[in-house]
Amino acid sequence: MTEYILRFLIGGAVVSFFAVLAEMVRPKSFAGLFSAAPSIALATIGITIARHGVDYAATESRTMLFAAAGFFCYASACSWLLVHKKVRALTATAALLPVWFAVSFGLLYLVNRP
Amino acid sequence: MIVQIKFESIKGIKPTEWIVRFFFGGAVCIFAGLMSKWFGPEIGGLFLAFPAIFPASASLVEAHEKQHKAREGMDGTARGRTVAGIDAAGAAIGCIGLAGFALLCWLLLPRLAPIAVFALATLAWLILSIAFWLLRKSRLLRTRRTNARHAFRAS
Repeated sequence: MTEYILRFLIGGAVVSFFAVLAEMVRPKSFAGLFSAAPSIALATIGITIARHGVDYAATESRTMLFAAAGFFCYASACSWLLVHKKVRALTATAALLPVWFAVSFGLLYLVNRP
Repeated sequence: MIVQIKFESIKGIKPTEWIVRFFFGGAVCIFAGLMSKWFGPEIGGLFLAFPAIFPASASLVEAHEKQHKAREGMDGTARGRTVAGIDAAGAAIGCIGLAGFALLCWLLLPRLAPIAVFALATLAWLILSIAFWLLRKSRLLRTRRTNARHAFRAS
């Protein structure tokens, strides 16, 4: 239970820190870089290493690569939809989340295919 | 293009928006830990780059821009969406840095001290993100794109 409370507190603090940075910097395209900051990884990998060791954390980092590719496709699709179509930000970003799932899990499946 | 830091922007953030960000950030970290526990490190690792806070951030960017234009007596709906789109384009570039972070952690964690790996990986994220952002903004890329557009029109 302590582990999850720690994850919640550190995660909340790290995500809020990057959110503040994104709010302060201009132009907005530069501020967007902080939306893809490794906040969850920075907040949790230390706890993972303490609990499961470095090899476990390295395995997580390997698949994080696929998820970063998924995030790239997802954010690009969101950007195109918001700039070119009349869609609300929350609708566009929520509706396109399957893009992240498809690319991330698809890459993991392709790499692990026997 | 000059990057500016505007400290007064923080004053515009409402307490509920701080709570939303803190709660989502914490919740996603717990969720990533649970996925790792239930399905192993391969599935859990995917959720280290899960864009959970992104929909909330994009809608806040849109809302802030809309409010900003409303104060000037204009309807900022279209402007709000465009700014959220530009923010998303920046996030896409940031993903290249995120991939660099993941790659260094994967390769170096079994070899170096974790603190050194985190420092190197975070530095790599920052350098890669800024480098690709500058490349996208650069005159070189813009000139190539303009030339390509002219060539397309001429053809």
